[in-house]
Amino acid sequence: MTLLSIDWFFLIEKLLLISVVLVLSLVVAMYATWGERKVAAWIQDRLGPNRAGPAGLLQPLADGGKLFFKEEIIPTNSNRFLFILGPSIAMVVACMTSAVIPWGDTLTIAGREISLQVADVNIGILYIFAVVSMGVYGIMLGGWASNNKYSLLASVRAASQIISYELPMGLALIALLMLTGTLSLKEIVEQQRHGLWNICYQPLGFFIFLVCAFAECNRAPFDLPEAENELNGGYHLEYSSMKLGFFLFAEYINMFISSALMATMYFGGYAFPWMDKLGLSPNMVTILGFVALFIKTLLFIFFFMWVRWTVPRFRYDQLMRLGWRVLIPLALVNMLGTGAVELFKHH
Amino acid sequence: MGSIQQIIFMVLSVIALASALGVVLSKNPVTSVLCLIVTFFAIAGHYVMMNAQFLAVVHIIVYAGAIMVLFLYVLMLMNLNAELEPQKRNWLKYAGAISGGALLVVLVAALRDASMPAMSTANNDIGLVHNLGMVLFRQYVVPFEVSSILFLSAMIGAVVIGRKED
Repeated sequence: MTLLSIDWFFLIEKLLLISVVLVLSLVVAMYATWGERKVAAWIQDRLGPNRAGPAGLLQPLADGGKLFFKEEIIPTNSNRFLFILGPSIAMVVACMTSAVIPWGDTLTIAGREISLQVADVNIGILYIFAVVSMGVYGIMLGGWASNNKYSLLASVRAASQIISYELPMGLALIALLMLTGTLSLKEIVEQQRHGLWNICYQPLGFFIFLVCAFAECNRAPFDLPEAENELNGGYHLEYSSMKLGFFLFAEYINMFISSALMATMYFGGYAFPWMDKLGLSPNMVTILGFVALFIKTLLFIFFFMWVRWTVPRFRYDQLMRLGWRVLIPLALVNMLGTGAVELFKHH
Repeated sequence: MGSIQQIIFMVLSVIALASALGVVLSKNPVTSVLCLIVTFFAIAGHYVMMNAQFLAVVHIIVYAGAIMVLFLYVLMLMNLNAELEPQKRNWLKYAGAISGGALLVVLVAALRDASMPAMSTANNDIGLVHNLGMVLFRQYVVPFEVSSILFLSAMIGAVVIGRKED
């Protein structure tokens, strides 16, 4: 069955996988909004949403429906095309990263080995880095096209914040690359499966990556582009209806993806202790591995929420000082140290 | 070379050329920048077609992810209201057209005699990270280090110029 010399089964398999991963990220993001409220309520000793469905479980559906049916307002003096492009880019970019994350090992169904990773490209980490650096366009264009001074301030903030925190993030990743010697996320996970998790070798690198992930996702304490009490919501001030929903939703997808990424790179991904010694069939191990990755990811999402409701927002100068004067030197030291140790090991 | 590669190549080339024209022809600077970003993506697509994934992704990180963000950043803070801006003089436009045409002639002359190596199937893995690193840090290590010193001096120069007088 070859037409235009394409393996159509392969194509269908990948399309199915992409759809499943997309739906999964959307559902997780949807319930992350519910989780966020429940965690906030728990931390502040309240009950949280509990009216729509049992334990408020239908709340995300109610919110989504509300956003869909709200009136759509496009400001008169704004650039209409860019105004719509902003949230679209934010959403598309948020969904793109999931392509290179290995969600599990291979499944064998009817003699076909199916990898639970959409694309095992040999530059996986760099791909993620590229997509993350695209994310800023959504906020910048949306903020600028709104033709509002608060939105503009927010886009300026977002651009400089994201560019500043990309540097220590990249430096932390370089140390990880030196350690593993590969750019493929699948291989990084396989190495951790047969050895110690990378967090044991790279605690400082992980910490730097974690802080940068907070900044790149625009999550508190670094949510300065939103800053509701000084910028009235910042870049999404002029947005209404589902376009606002896309911006808010993209943040939760980003949070999910960066949690999955941290679990993959530093906490063993789909690997879990004694996974090869349980004596289960390979398919069973793969499914359990997926569950393990999912639990790790949910724990990270919880951590994101926990920090949001515990730590107050940074001031802008504090944010810049932390990025340039603390994180970049720390990341450089970490990189040089890792390089020295690797050199010593190889000689 | 299967036909699918040719189709993708055609599509990418059309996108690259159309968006490159958009950069030059668009009246709005922000649209120009966005067109340039699309061009970079199409060129990155060409790199992937040539099996140079590393080059493609670095191209996107550096140009589309960093440099274009800064372009947009500067443009957003500028006054884009065309009526209030002083108009450029006519002789400036003519000078630009003539020097651009001269550059085109030089480029065409240079390309006419250049030997274009045909795509060989033997070593088309050169763009992969491993091979690129081997070449870069063995064969071309001196130019690599010299260019990094150049970048460092440019950075320090920018900091010195940008620093406020105290």
